[in-house]
Amino acid sequence: MIEKSENSILKTENLTIGYPQKKQDNIIFSNINLSIGKGKLISVLGKNGIGKSTLLRTLCKVQKPIAGAIYFEGKELNTYSENDLSKKLSVVLTERLPESQLTVFELIALGRQPYTNWIDTLSITDLEKIETAIKQTEIGHLKNQRFHELSDGQLQRVLIARALAQDTDVIILDEPTAHLDMHQTINIFSLLQQLVKQTNKTIIVSSHEINLALQLSDEIILLTENNLQFGTTEALIAKNAFDKLFPNNLLKFNKSLQQFVINKT
Amino acid sequence: MKQKSYKKQFILLSVVLIVLFAMNISLGSVTIPFKDILNTLLGDTSVKESWQTIILNFRLPKAITAILVGSGLSVAGLLMQTLFRNPLAGPFVLGISSGASLGVALLILGSSLFGGFFLAHSVSNWSFPIAASAGAFLVLSAVIIAANRVRNTMSILIIGLMFGSLTSAVISVLAYFSEAAQIQQFLFWSFGSLGNLSWNEILVFMIIYSIGMLATVAVIKPLNSFLLGENYAKSLGINVKKNRNIILIITSVLTGVITAFAGPIAFVGLAVPHIARMIFVSSNHKILLPAVIILGASILLICDSISQLPTSEFTLPINAITSLFGAPIVIWLLIRKKKLFV
Repeated sequence: MIEKSENSILKTENLTIGYPQKKQDNIIFSNINLSIGKGKLISVLGKNGIGKSTLLRTLCKVQKPIAGAIYFEGKELNTYSENDLSKKLSVVLTERLPESQLTVFELIALGRQPYTNWIDTLSITDLEKIETAIKQTEIGHLKNQRFHELSDGQLQRVLIARALAQDTDVIILDEPTAHLDMHQTINIFSLLQQLVKQTNKTIIVSSHEINLALQLSDEIILLTENNLQFGTTEALIAKNAFDKLFPNNLLKFNKSLQQFVINKT
Repeated sequence: MKQKSYKKQFILLSVVLIVLFAMNISLGSVTIPFKDILNTLLGDTSVKESWQTIILNFRLPKAITAILVGSGLSVAGLLMQTLFRNPLAGPFVLGISSGASLGVALLILGSSLFGGFFLAHSVSNWSFPIAASAGAFLVLSAVIIAANRVRNTMSILIIGLMFGSLTSAVISVLAYFSEAAQIQQFLFWSFGSLGNLSWNEILVFMIIYSIGMLATVAVIKPLNSFLLGENYAKSLGINVKKNRNIILIITSVLTGVITAFAGPIAFVGLAVPHIARMIFVSSNHKILLPAVIILGASILLICDSISQLPTSEFTLPINAITSLFGAPIVIWLLIRKKKLFV
């Protein structure tokens, strides 16, 4: 394996994120300097309300940064048009889809919109990409079902397939395992890990599944009060970074197990 | 393999549309044999002259108007439901039709208030549609500005209803200060009528209608992406703001021109998209758009045939008929399906 540490796809420079307000900006994190490489599974971890979504929203240009810059493949994110960016970055959001009668295939095919003509005709390439996405997420049997008939776990796979069909170098997922049981959660995470290996895409995922994320991610963005740390699992463990993630009285990070355990008193 | 089954449904519906069109033309206070109707339409001048006049100057324009009105309102309803991602949206519910009424009311009733400036009696072919479209667009923009602030679709609907009653109130005030003749003219307009249009007016109607329809075809792609919500649409490279404005303009122009020529016609815009979704079990606008056009045209042809009260001299207001049929359909849909889709 050739390590290409210089080959970063997403970079932030003194990035400050938060919500601009009239009196004083509500700053969530400041001076963020990240350099995310190609073909990595990155987990964004942190407790509820710490600002995971704010960070992801800023990275996908849904929300403007308060200060600093984001570079996407060396070019500033602001200089990308919506259409250009849609060929580089795809998303899986937490919001519920409006209730419609789209089939799974149609939903995944929507991922090809950045490439299709004005009337949205699917070319042979488009159909191939859709087929590949369906194969990679193993949802061939669901193809002709309406998406509202699916279980939460199946729907997440379909949404991931849609993002794959969009054929972007980076996929950002906001809590894809939020409503899933343990088995489905592991299922989704290992799918993401597999996809990173297979396709050399960079996948950034926010999650509360810390134990799982520690085992499967290449690198971790750890958000604690006023502090953002970025590094491999090992590096962060060595720095005792996880000790501050939760208040200490209930959960404790066990270094040798590399996971959180409940304090037995 | 999916395409085939849609094809069957489309062929069937088109045949139904043609049959309804023929039925609509053959029905009326004067009984004319179908053979003579067909000959007249084909340009045979040997048919009785009075029959020719009835067919070419009354029944044919009316049937064409019914098709334009029915399909146009249904498309407007489909656009609204997708844009607001709300199955209850429609030109009527969101107050757009009321806005169009306000435009026409200002034109008819305002003439007595503001002197001879508007001159309701010498209105050209274009003044009604322009006034109605402007009114429709005014209310729609107000709804949109409000919608951008609340984001909650339920609130948007309520805001639309409020704007609807506001415009009705303004119309009442206008009516209060107007003369009886003008009130009567406005009242008759508000009953809705598919007849009374000259070929010239139909031409104007058709031009505006075609522009609206062509523009709708051009926004099929963004419409489909809106099915995932605005954030996903944006991530797919769709310029959400621009397309939303285009959709709103199309809706107000279509609703405006239809309301101008045929009066405020209720329920078609709300009910037809749901019927289309039920028949085709799809949300894809490439299928829904033609489906809604054919179904909307068919349903208004039926309503018009009923409103003529076959074998009678009377014609009921079309607006009453569409409501009489539309309201139960919506209620039945809600009870049967329990779930309405976008």
